[in-house]
Amino acid sequence: MRDADGAERALLAFLESNAEISNSEAFARDLGVDHELLAGTIKSLHGFGFIEAKDVRRESWELTEEGLVYSRNGSPEVQVFDAVPAGGISREDLQRKLDDSVFSIGFRKAMSNKWLETKPLVSRKVLKVEDVVKQQLLDIKDGKNLSAADIDALKKRKLIVPKVWKAYSITKGANYAPTRTKAATEVTREMLLKETWSEVAFKPYNFQALGQPTEGGHLHPLLKVRTKFRQIFLEMGFEEMPTNNFVESSFWNFDALFQPQQHPARDSHDTFFLKSPCKTQTFPEDYLERVKTIHEQGGFGSIGYMYDWKREEAEKNVLRTHTTAVSSRMLYKLAQDGFVPKRYFSIDRVFRNEAVDRTHLAEFHQIEGLICDKGLTLGDLIGVLNDFFSRLGMKKLRFKPAYNPYTEPSMEIFSYHEQLNKWVEVGNSGMFRPEMLLPMGLPDDVSVIAWGLSLERPTMILYGIDNIRDLFGHKVDLKLIKSNPICRLGM
Amino acid sequence: MPTVSVARELLHTMLGRVYTQEEFDELCFVIGIELDDVTTEKAIIRKEKHLQENEADEDEEVIYKIEVPANRYDLLCPEGICRQLRIFLRVEKMPTYRLSRLPDSSILKMIVKPETAVIRPFVVCAILRGITFDQARYASFIDLQDRLHQNICRKRTLVAIGTHDLDTLQGPFTYEALPPSEIKFIPLKQAQEFTAKELMEFYKSDLKLKKFLHIIEDSPVFPVIYDSNRTVLSLPPIINGAHSAISLNTKNVLIECTATDLTKAKIVLNTMVAMFSGYCDEKFEVEPVDVVDPVGRVTRCPDLSLRTMDVDLSYIKKSIGVPLQAGEIVDLLSKMQLTSKEIDGDKIQVFIPPTRSDILHPCDVMEDVAVAYGFNNIPKTRPKTSTEGRQQPLNEFSDLLRLELAMAGFSEVLNWVLVSKKENFTLLNRKDDEKIAAIVSNPRSSDFEVLRTSLLPGILKVMEHSKDVPRPVKVFEISDVVLLDPSKDVGAANSRHLAALYCSTTSGFEIIHGLLDRIMNVLNVPVDGYTVEPSNEPELFKGRQAKIFYKGSCVGSFGIIHPQVLKNFDIPDPCSYVEMEIERFL
Repeated sequence: MRDADGAERALLAFLESNAEISNSEAFARDLGVDHELLAGTIKSLHGFGFIEAKDVRRESWELTEEGLVYSRNGSPEVQVFDAVPAGGISREDLQRKLDDSVFSIGFRKAMSNKWLETKPLVSRKVLKVEDVVKQQLLDIKDGKNLSAADIDALKKRKLIVPKVWKAYSITKGANYAPTRTKAATEVTREMLLKETWSEVAFKPYNFQALGQPTEGGHLHPLLKVRTKFRQIFLEMGFEEMPTNNFVESSFWNFDALFQPQQHPARDSHDTFFLKSPCKTQTFPEDYLERVKTIHEQGGFGSIGYMYDWKREEAEKNVLRTHTTAVSSRMLYKLAQDGFVPKRYFSIDRVFRNEAVDRTHLAEFHQIEGLICDKGLTLGDLIGVLNDFFSRLGMKKLRFKPAYNPYTEPSMEIFSYHEQLNKWVEVGNSGMFRPEMLLPMGLPDDVSVIAWGLSLERPTMILYGIDNIRDLFGHKVDLKLIKSNPICRLGM
Repeated sequence: MPTVSVARELLHTMLGRVYTQEEFDELCFVIGIELDDVTTEKAIIRKEKHLQENEADEDEEVIYKIEVPANRYDLLCPEGICRQLRIFLRVEKMPTYRLSRLPDSSILKMIVKPETAVIRPFVVCAILRGITFDQARYASFIDLQDRLHQNICRKRTLVAIGTHDLDTLQGPFTYEALPPSEIKFIPLKQAQEFTAKELMEFYKSDLKLKKFLHIIEDSPVFPVIYDSNRTVLSLPPIINGAHSAISLNTKNVLIECTATDLTKAKIVLNTMVAMFSGYCDEKFEVEPVDVVDPVGRVTRCPDLSLRTMDVDLSYIKKSIGVPLQAGEIVDLLSKMQLTSKEIDGDKIQVFIPPTRSDILHPCDVMEDVAVAYGFNNIPKTRPKTSTEGRQQPLNEFSDLLRLELAMAGFSEVLNWVLVSKKENFTLLNRKDDEKIAAIVSNPRSSDFEVLRTSLLPGILKVMEHSKDVPRPVKVFEISDVVLLDPSKDVGAANSRHLAALYCSTTSGFEIIHGLLDRIMNVLNVPVDGYTVEPSNEPELFKGRQAKIFYKGSCVGSFGIIHPQVLKNFDIPDPCSYVEMEIERFL
């Protein structure tokens, strides 16, 4: 057996005195090397132009497992014939002498060949038979050619199957030489030391192929967009709120926001309630009393909702349905600590007990911004929204009146989408109601303008993802994380 | 937001001109309703029956589906939408809803029995006399009740509406609460008599009605309304009697609203009569009913009087940021169904009609001024608020660590906080000791049962779905887990965790150990500043796991994932894992 180098030398030497190798497979057989191994050498030599290799497809035949058995043991019909003694034998005894499959195939075949007869003992009708099938199978094994009719018969008996051989026909190539010196692919330290770099032949570089993939880790696409939003808020002078509290009481999530206790958002169809810890028991009691009053009877110029407000409802723990629950805690704290103007933002998880589909999950990230100051106007809100969204590349905005229990006025934000050629909703905004702010103890000339949007939606639009599960959660495609471009929102 | 179907033809007739779809869309946008869908009656039926969408016939009536704000109950029917649009476009003036003048003696009475207090204490009524129905009006009358029931009535729990052909009844009426077996009548759409007890059984198989049964089911007495001949008008909030059923030919309609919330009952009744009194012989006139409570107090209803609210002009101007004159404001408000007049002291007095129950505070009036002025006509300004940007230290810290992990060759994943109990415990060879995990009481499916107490289940699920990703796989996550914490007002607290996993044909324990060393290195913890001690955690492999100690307390652990856990998550290759809390390194 030769190795690859030996095969290469033999091949090049052969071509030196011969014009062509018509079949690499036969050549390999003669050489005594595995054709697979030779094929590698051929491809490499072809690549460097030493030889010119053309594909040759050849169909040959191969024994099936059954065929292989018969090539060793003889065909079943002959085995059956041989098992019949000169004096005849009962069918049952004959069957007992042989394998079931040998008997059933062989007996039928021997009968139709008219080698045997039953009268009623099974006995020989001819003296001697020749095992043609066995011989044919052996011939196939040796790669000999058979007549089409014989091939057909064997194929029908499922003793042989076709096998496609891929081989090569080989002639000298443009760079033919009886031996090859390997072309270099890299400049090496050795070449520099020995200054051989100018003499070495370099393999042409395939510029059509991709380079080697880089190693290293990758950041999650959604969080890359979060980083961008954080930067925008920070650049605009906003301070981040601490939002690392997913479990919240209904009081801070709803009641403090003047969201009535019968509001559909407080339904179990929309909100996750907690079994453990099921309720909150400590509240700022004087504030809680003011919230109760504003819901039940109004105050601060409001008529309130005029219903019986229940503490038990406020105590119920939920997974916060919006980060505005945090805003309400922050604004209350601001009122207690003494009011100073603030710009606050947060980007964190919120939870909705809604049906999940291609665009909705039970949890998502809410982006929220708010400004708290004396004398803020609706014009200020429109102005700050234009500033904010233009940093995301959305320069054309318009606003639609909307309803939200804790903002008045409430405005849905629409942006003109150049590609879709239409206005798309990009967020919600408004001024917090006095019924929310004044019970907290904020001065009555303080207004809060605020807006919110989801992080997932702009990210899906930005990266062209149409199923939210491809982006967020365990069904994410790690390839997507690897191949995801940098976030250039607004750049 | 609720959606109301309005025939396009009707809209055009009511608005006095033909609008293109774009024009109508624009009009909706300005006023804060939304053209949600354009369809036809037949298309809706086809859709309901899941039939093939055929070519629509040319002559099919086009229906606009319009979304309206959830607090504008008057917009829950085509009548209300058309009226608001006509008033906004100044095609129509604000109507004055009024009670018909009748001598006290001829006013019908509804006498409330004390027993109703235990189950559904309130009832309010009104009569629409001389009403003319046609197909469309009748359908709208029924639809409005459905929509009110769905929205403000909270699926009939707070308020239930019954409407009756008054000519089949004989006042005065009584509102009572009786044991179910004593109430017997033929309900709507049935031919035979049932006791209320039988009815509750009977309706258990009724798709529409079965969801209302719970409201009274467990009460020893059921609310019921009788006329003076002991004819049952209704068994609220379930069903009306067949006897007084209204039809296209009904001329005089009695509306009763029974409730557990009186404020909302009044709003519902006002909405019904304001919308449909326009079809009465005396337009916008409503005949009152006297409700006599158990102690004999008489309340005449409905109350259609205008509520007044004094609003500072300066408040409106300062809030919107546009220097409007009093006259302009009065004019703008008239487009929003609010009449008003300038009064002394730089104020206006606003008269709020019974249809505008959404006006609670001057801010609602201010908003209507802004809407009528046009949000998109308000000049942009910049708040003068001067502040500094600032990050939450924990988030800034987390972001720096995220970069370090990515630079160390790990890719970031982001998993859900909600997981199943099985994923959080059983599949990790752990048991819920009920001392660490916050549990959801109403999850829609088992996927959302518990708040993760570690990042491990999410990361293992990522690996379960990444079988065909070439090895090695290196992933990390820095996110919050939630743990029970009695020291917090809500009883639970987030904790920021860092987790990383290595998965390949070999477990790579040393790689994860090396990552831990690297993390400590970037946290500026010297090699002798932390220790690792062999541990025995059930989700990790024995002998190849350790706890991480920093300043005397355990901050996490690392190890080879236990083969049983890998099998539980159907992960074919070995994995090593580290998870630690990071807040104490801040």
